[in-house]
Amino acid sequence: MANKPRVGIFDFTGCEGCELNQLNFEDQLLDILEHVEIVEWREAMDGRSEELDIAFVEGALSTPDCIKRIHEIRRKSKVLVALGACAVQGGINALKNIRPIEQVREEVYGQDKYLFPTLPALPLSAVVKVDVNIRGCPMTQLEFLKVFTALVMGKAPVEPGNAVCTECKLKDNECVYEKGMICLGPVTRAGCDAQCPTFGQYCTGCRGLVPEPNVEAMQEILVAHGLSMDDARKKLQLFNANQLEGVS
Amino acid sequence: MGTNLDIKVHHLTRVEGHGDIVVNMRDGVLEKARLEIVEAPRYFEAMLKGRNFHEAAIITSRICGICSLGHQMTSFKATEQALGLEVSEQTVQLRKLLVHGATLQSNVLHALFLAAPDFLKVGSVFPLVGTHPEVVKAALRMKRLANDLGEVISGRAVHPISCVPGGFTQLPTAKSLAVLRERLEKQMLPDLVFAADVVATLAGEIPDFRRETEFISLRSDDDYALYDGDICSTDTGRVPDREYRRMSNEFVVPHSTSKHCKVNRSSYMVGALARWNNNHDRLCPEALGVATKLGLKPDCHNPFMNTVAQVVESVHCCLDAMAILDRLLAAGIRDEVPNQDPTRHGTGVGATEVPRGILYHEYTYDRQGRITAANCIIPTGQNLANIDDDMVKLVPEVVDRGEAAIAHLLEMLVRAYDPCISCSVHMLDVKFTR
Repeated sequence: MANKPRVGIFDFTGCEGCELNQLNFEDQLLDILEHVEIVEWREAMDGRSEELDIAFVEGALSTPDCIKRIHEIRRKSKVLVALGACAVQGGINALKNIRPIEQVREEVYGQDKYLFPTLPALPLSAVVKVDVNIRGCPMTQLEFLKVFTALVMGKAPVEPGNAVCTECKLKDNECVYEKGMICLGPVTRAGCDAQCPTFGQYCTGCRGLVPEPNVEAMQEILVAHGLSMDDARKKLQLFNANQLEGVS
Repeated sequence: MGTNLDIKVHHLTRVEGHGDIVVNMRDGVLEKARLEIVEAPRYFEAMLKGRNFHEAAIITSRICGICSLGHQMTSFKATEQALGLEVSEQTVQLRKLLVHGATLQSNVLHALFLAAPDFLKVGSVFPLVGTHPEVVKAALRMKRLANDLGEVISGRAVHPISCVPGGFTQLPTAKSLAVLRERLEKQMLPDLVFAADVVATLAGEIPDFRRETEFISLRSDDDYALYDGDICSTDTGRVPDREYRRMSNEFVVPHSTSKHCKVNRSSYMVGALARWNNNHDRLCPEALGVATKLGLKPDCHNPFMNTVAQVVESVHCCLDAMAILDRLLAAGIRDEVPNQDPTRHGTGVGATEVPRGILYHEYTYDRQGRITAANCIIPTGQNLANIDDDMVKLVPEVVDRGEAAIAHLLEMLVRAYDPCISCSVHMLDVKFTR
């Protein structure tokens, strides 16, 4: 390719685990580097850049500085990809949004709380236009490669809208409810290949809710399997506090 | 007329998280030399409140992608102690294996991808793909294998899936463990020896700097303590992990969203170098041989040698992982389910060595198994005061070199600590102000 797409990788409030998963492409990293030019990636290299074909952005927005920086990234990027649950939904960070913010600040920094400004943790889409979502906590490498390939080929990536349950069925997994556990598979977007149920865990909802989720029915199922109404709501909030509680 | 220096490195690169380095010198008098942590505050302790014990590790794992396994292990230990959940010896051995895998992956990533470019005078690992392909490929192979170890045992190297309080939701097969055992011996070990040889050729580039400080790590009678042990200080010796608050003393400083710590002096250091200074007598002979080759000696007070200590302990992790696998395979993998039936409720403390140093979690649970209070003390946060003290000593020693060279040296210093700012909140930038 004569002109390789210029790629930047950025992070906001989050654990940088999605970026780390990019450094974990041990088998494909060298191939990836043949198809794009990585021009800005603070976690892995020195240097800054003014113009980008694709920006991959990890993390939620939670300070005034984040808001300023995401606007700058949007301005200089042709395609903006939200990378992982924090960028797509606010992720785990949004758990702080459902408690009074002054109480949250005081609990961690005490009377020094005024030193560190904070905002509710927001998904990128609350502030700028997002072109593509790569979901999950962390994002899966397989999905990243699919989206990456589509973008490099100039095609629109497809975002799955079905529930995790469908992938579990395709894998012939025993239903998590059959094991006496609870699971958020029925209302959670697929695309992870039902990774957690496959490893004996329940789905925690990290990929966000399906389009038009029936949250009430989901809560009823959780309650029917022994959770209190309050605990059922909490389970659902883990990665989806913003969507459920209408913060963004 | 003395020297003036104004250095500001904004958003330091090749570290995990966001931090700035700021140095001001007026007429030869150093006014300021410090690392400012500008990571967005995370508020994890507050987010944990009211959460069920099943969720504690799922949440705290998200403090940091690189250290997610370490946060999980520490979280389980705190939860299990608080709720009286006994775990099997098999669980402990599998967890120790996972810790070795995470330590190997993180140490290799830091030494060869993030720190090595400094010694080879390039801005990132990417130019090395062309100039030093065999080093990059060996590093990628080692990272792959270390991550595979995590994936085979816990489903995923970043935010592991099958480890839970009380044990594992799914156990690895003996066959998959035997394959890992084989690969550790045939691939990882030769690659580590090769990496050590590469580091040996760069040893002359490691800055000669010394500042006596206190080193704190775990220490155990049985092994090179990573998963478990007492808290040990080079100044005052061993205390049980429940006394972790006295051994960290977190306090807020205005220039950092991450809290600072101190114990017997104005600062202390945690991480691979602290583990070396406290526990070199617990390393296997092969690792000690590599230490000799790389010029690492006990009671090393040069923080730049932290990267070397990481390489040395990686050799130990690989060999000890092989020994654990041999024991597990000889005993056979027993089918067992996690023990998640609490026998009490109250407060529990977990202390674990993660790649960047000693990590503490403390939770208090109510009768329903819900968290009423939580505290997490992160290695990088504990190192921040030590980094600042290093800068204050280092800058006057190299003041004649000019701002660009000083800035670069300070970046190397901070990188040597392998800081993880997402953990401590988020971190790095060097600012020189004129």
